Amino acid sequence: MNMSKIHIITKGIVKENPIFVLLLGMCPTLGTTSSAINGMGMGLATMAVLTLSNMAISLISGFVPDKVRIPAYVVVIATFTGIVQLLMEAYTPALYEALGVFIPLIAVNCIVLGRAEAYASKNSVINAACDGMGMGLGFVMALTILGTVRELLGNMSVFGYKFAQGDGMLIFILAPGAFIALGYLIVIFKKLTAKRM
Amino acid sequence: MSKESNLKNMLLCLFVIASVTSALLCVVYLITYEPIEESKRNKVNAAIALVVPAFDNNPSGEIIEMEIDGRIVTIYPALKEGSPVGYAVKASTTKGFSGLIVLMVGFLPDGTIYNSAVVSHLETPGLGDKMEQKKHNWSLQFNGKNPTNYKLSVKQDGGDVDAITAATISSRAFCDAVELAYKAFLTVKPEAVNPGKGDEYE
Repeated sequence: MNMSKIHIITKGIVKENPIFVLLLGMCPTLGTTSSAINGMGMGLATMAVLTLSNMAISLISGFVPDKVRIPAYVVVIATFTGIVQLLMEAYTPALYEALGVFIPLIAVNCIVLGRAEAYASKNSVINAACDGMGMGLGFVMALTILGTVRELLGNMSVFGYKFAQGDGMLIFILAPGAFIALGYLIVIFKKLTAKRM
Repeated sequence: MSKESNLKNMLLCLFVIASVTSALLCVVYLITYEPIEESKRNKVNAAIALVVPAFDNNPSGEIIEMEIDGRIVTIYPALKEGSPVGYAVKASTTKGFSGLIVLMVGFLPDGTIYNSAVVSHLETPGLGDKMEQKKHNWSLQFNGKNPTNYKLSVKQDGGDVDAITAATISSRAFCDAVELAYKAFLTVKPEAVNPGKGDEYE
């Protein structure tokens, strides 16, 4: 793997992080990050769909007429989402249950369709795969951090490991806490990456 | 590099994509069918094992299904050496704060509640979800109580149940589902109602 491929991957993690910089896919981000493990699970499921659909779309984009490209991409993305959903239901039932309706909703996640349209359809399979992985990793990282912060403040535990007694600040488990925590995380992320950008 | 967008090309392209993707989904569905069924069965069996005393039959194989007040209730009889040791009753309610609550309630043959487990719910994290035993010991108060002399509603409504603080609606719904489970239990064991002997279960 040469430098440009690594650059494509790291770009998704820092410079074009889908959550902290592009602010895409807010719905699953806010909805599923009530604990670190849920956030990470959602991130990994999205990353799998993103990488696979990016590769498939890069392969087929040469044969798809322009006017039907969006329906074609949506069908491809929905298929991979369906596959990931079935696999999760079969092999990680607890996580599948915790994420609930957000798994099928990966199909309409704007990061996935956004990368398909903006990147995968115009680039080679390898580059599209790297882009999917990079964006996916950025998404996993953001969701895991957000989930960890919310679980830490809201439930006094990290990845289910409880290190202090008590209930914590309940608001961080509920929806408003998701917005508050995400807002502060974006501020911190911008501050840390300001020099590089 | 895309093909021209004429009708034939568009139809052909979408047809091919749809066929390939649905074939792919079929394959994955067939592969995962057995594990998914297995994990569903495991979940039900785990809930049954939690709410009734030790048994040696397969309660999922001897279910009794019925409809009470328009809601489906499933009864899993637990037997040991051929005689019943308890009945796990799966009942649901829509009276919760958000969405369906599904409970598994275990009754001893005399109608005493042995234990209960929440199969699924969508109650508020930190408030209503205290009905789960892994989050809070609230639902343990039902254990050992016999509904013949224990009113299955919260104290605000004149019952005997302490509601979860700040989650009275969820508590009411829980009581509602237990009540429904008890009604179902009574249809298979009507002789369990025996008010004269109620006190000995206290």
